[in-house]
Amino acid sequence: MAYALQQLINGISLGMIYGLIAVGYTMVYGIIGMINFAHGDIFMVGAFVALIAMVMLVSGGIMDGPAAILLVLAISMAFTALYGWTVERVAYRPLRGSFRLAPLISAIGMSIVLQNFVQVSQGARPKPIEPQVIGGIELMREGEFVVQLSYMQMLIIGTTLAALVVFTWLVTKTPLGRAMRACEQDRKMANLLGIDTDRTISLTFVIGAALAAVAATLYLLRYGVADFFMGFIVGVKAFTAAVLGGIGSLPGAVLGGLLIGLIETFWSAYFSVQYKDVAAFSILALTLIFLPTGLLGRQDVEKV
Amino acid sequence: MSAFSQGGAGGRITAALRDATIAAAVAFGLFVVMVGLRTDVSPTGALVLRERWTEVAMLCALVFAGRLVVTLWGLRPQSLGQSPERAAAMARAGKLFAPLLLAAALVLPFVPGIGRYELDLGILVLTYVMLGWGLNIVVGLAGLLDLGYVAFYAVGAYSYALLAQYFGLSFWICLPLAGILAAFWGILLGFPVLRLRGDYLAIVTLAFGEIIRIVLLNWVSLTGGPNGMSGIPRPTFFGLPFNMSGEPGTFAGFFGIEPDPVHRVVFLYYLILGLALLTNWVTIRIRRQPIGRAWEALREDEIACRALGINVRNTKLTAFALGAMFGGFAGAFFATRQGFISPESFTFIESAIILAIVVLGGMGSQVGVAVAAIVMIGGFELFRDLEEWRMLVFGAAMVVIMVLRPRGLVGSRTPTIALGEKRAIGAGHVSEGRG
Repeated sequence: MAYALQQLINGISLGMIYGLIAVGYTMVYGIIGMINFAHGDIFMVGAFVALIAMVMLVSGGIMDGPAAILLVLAISMAFTALYGWTVERVAYRPLRGSFRLAPLISAIGMSIVLQNFVQVSQGARPKPIEPQVIGGIELMREGEFVVQLSYMQMLIIGTTLAALVVFTWLVTKTPLGRAMRACEQDRKMANLLGIDTDRTISLTFVIGAALAAVAATLYLLRYGVADFFMGFIVGVKAFTAAVLGGIGSLPGAVLGGLLIGLIETFWSAYFSVQYKDVAAFSILALTLIFLPTGLLGRQDVEKV
Repeated sequence: MSAFSQGGAGGRITAALRDATIAAAVAFGLFVVMVGLRTDVSPTGALVLRERWTEVAMLCALVFAGRLVVTLWGLRPQSLGQSPERAAAMARAGKLFAPLLLAAALVLPFVPGIGRYELDLGILVLTYVMLGWGLNIVVGLAGLLDLGYVAFYAVGAYSYALLAQYFGLSFWICLPLAGILAAFWGILLGFPVLRLRGDYLAIVTLAFGEIIRIVLLNWVSLTGGPNGMSGIPRPTFFGLPFNMSGEPGTFAGFFGIEPDPVHRVVFLYYLILGLALLTNWVTIRIRRQPIGRAWEALREDEIACRALGINVRNTKLTAFALGAMFGGFAGAFFATRQGFISPESFTFIESAIILAIVVLGGMGSQVGVAVAAIVMIGGFELFRDLEEWRMLVFGAAMVVIMVLRPRGLVGSRTPTIALGEKRAIGAGHVSEGRG
């Protein structure tokens, strides 16, 4: 019981991170209908920016504690957002209105570019950092086993919720959000009605990348290591989460992320760690077979 | 925009300069952290930062210059609606080009100056040509987006390695078996997922590819896990092994020629050429049959196919199985050529490269796939000296080719069937399918 509760806490905090990345996938998919394959690598870039900022601030002795983490988060979001913008501008915008596979190949190319750019510029070795947030509160005790909610997990859950609240406000209440939703429904019509669709799409990428940077900073703080290849598997799982929740649906992405996080954690806890990815992917396949549009996805009506 | 309204070359240059300055500013933002500050692991285990501001300045200057050149000399994407005249001209050139390419491939081992290295490269390129043609059946003809094609390649390779190791079967028996097993896996995967549409199918196939790789990696007792399988038997020339002893039972001894290690390489070269041509021949023949026409119809419009009474499920399954089978053949060949396989050879990046070859080749164009494989894999080898930079160049090339030629290198093809006279059409008229 205590063990299961601990896994639940671990699963939710991992799932929150997946959810944040999944939002980036699902937003881009909703608005321009493409799989942004480079999104996982944007996440990786975010982790590296956070790593560098952290080393600069903490090891440089400039500041530490919560203020440092907040500043690292802000730096990572700003620079990663720039990467998101650039990727869209360079690799996707010229292909808008082109046939469907062209942006996908371009995205895969961009993903290779980002990975190898980081490998060349930062080296191939994994970069460890010392844990910055230590300790936690004890929730319950069962014999030897202590259920703990660590401060790190509280930070993950708190930051994710804050980011999602801001994001939801952005999408539902601001003119930008309205423009984004309009583009999602009908890009041509939105354009006719005076919405700058190119700008809206760019901002979508910027927001997606910023959310990925939040996830990346939290991931780095939680697991304490960054390497140039980390974006692939996290990206695939976050995309799986987006599909599971119903691609194009924002609450679905978060829900899917939580589910993937929980499945992965419980599978590792009770069965085998090696096959945790197999479990996540099998669940994905099964969900899609029985619910082809995901959990919260809309059923497309196909007009002939 | 305002610069253009002022007119004249001066205005254009000012605008280009402003544009390039913005690009350089963005580049500065991109590189200042990621390049300017390099993290190194110090001997104590802590991270230390190394500053590299000169590199950042150089990169920004490079971006500035590059952007200026692009704006002033206008490298613009090729328009999608290629004119039929141009497409027809391309098709005529293609008619001449394909036999030439084939002839060159056939005589390559006998061209003076072609050594072992060139032949090995030729084998590598031909392996990708074959994989490209195999995937072309699934993506180019049937319009099903498959991101996990490497799984079938892995199934083929491991089928041969396992059958040879545990049952001692020879390459020539294992080759068809590997194909059949891969096709079987194709059906097994295809059956549940074929109801899915476009991108959902893509992600499930990707997941499937990863599952196969993870299982190969972790099933240590059967596959050796990350250490892979070594000692895979080399192919024989219909029972005559290639070795240096020159005894009557060997290839060299039987034909009474001097034993030479190149014999095996030449044999492998012709083997993969034969397999690739088989793939091509089967594809071309099947395109003329009802099933091939059904594939292409399915790519164009699935709903119309249903309305016309085409069994969509079986049509998709045959495409999946056939594509997987050729992937399996290529995998068995890969295993026998390398003599060693490990899950590392079957990562997602391989699937991505094969898909890139198909798309860059122009979706469904057989010659295009061959050209794209030569350009991508050959080009990749050309940049061998760049070491870790070459993957960067490879990725950038994928983006640039797509931006400049979204329809691929060979952007036209002849319809498989037509009323009256056949005329080449621009690739813009061919839908890519929503599978």
